Amino acid sequence: MAVKTQAPDDTVSADRIEKRVVLRAPRTRVWRALTNAEEFGTWFRVKLEGPFTEGKSVRGRLSIPGYEHVTLEMLVERIDPERYFSYRWHPYAVDPAVDYSAEPTTLVEFTLEDTEGGTALTIVESGFDRLPPARRAEAFRMNDSGWTGQIKQLAKYVE
Amino acid sequence: MSSKGSAAPLFAALGDATRLRLLGRLSAGGPLSITRLSEGSGVTRQAITRHLHALGRVGLVRHARRGRERVWDLNRERLERAKRYIDQIAAQWDDAAERLRAFVED
Repeated sequence: MAVKTQAPDDTVSADRIEKRVVLRAPRTRVWRALTNAEEFGTWFRVKLEGPFTEGKSVRGRLSIPGYEHVTLEMLVERIDPERYFSYRWHPYAVDPAVDYSAEPTTLVEFTLEDTEGGTALTIVESGFDRLPPARRAEAFRMNDSGWTGQIKQLAKYVE
Repeated sequence: MSSKGSAAPLFAALGDATRLRLLGRLSAGGPLSITRLSEGSGVTRQAITRHLHALGRVGLVRHARRGRERVWDLNRERLERAKRYIDQIAAQWDDAAERLRAFVED
């Protein structure tokens, strides 16, 4: 069993949001909660119309109070059993005034690892800027924290 | 101007080193003219103008007249909105992860 000793690490940097949590449950249990569409819908609060299948889209209406009018569409990219699950969607910011359908999608990735006392889950949402790689590299060279770090610094500066 | 739209075009506009530097200059000491903004930047006035218009299209900067000069300034509300957007998405994932925890740990 691979035991990772890295500290829990939530970062919001570059063009990604990363969250790492340790769940006191076996990996098989967490895997089912993530990739069985009905179970996913229970904790995520969305009523999905079908199962998760690689390369296929599935739609569902949110059941989060205040967001019941929002319909999600998730395009499943990869299902690597008990290890990795990814899909694309329109970012998890559900502003009722915004039509996200014409926007570029972000990639959401769930990665599971065994860890002491349970399962380490890493959630990454990335692709907010959608820049060609070369330009992105240029923008990132000037500051390790990339553009979200820049926004935060600037916003703090101007407050 | 797309100030009512989503944040994605705004982030795309920010993904450029010259534009980030322009925003930095304006936040430190705007409003500034294109002449002032191009001083010491190593970038031509034409390029600065193009970058300012790209930032203007997503509402991050605005221009005004000062005498015979056109000056550019930062739109601080728009910048704050971009920051809130990222914070909001991160917070929603925090909530979702806690609901997942409750779901698998019982």
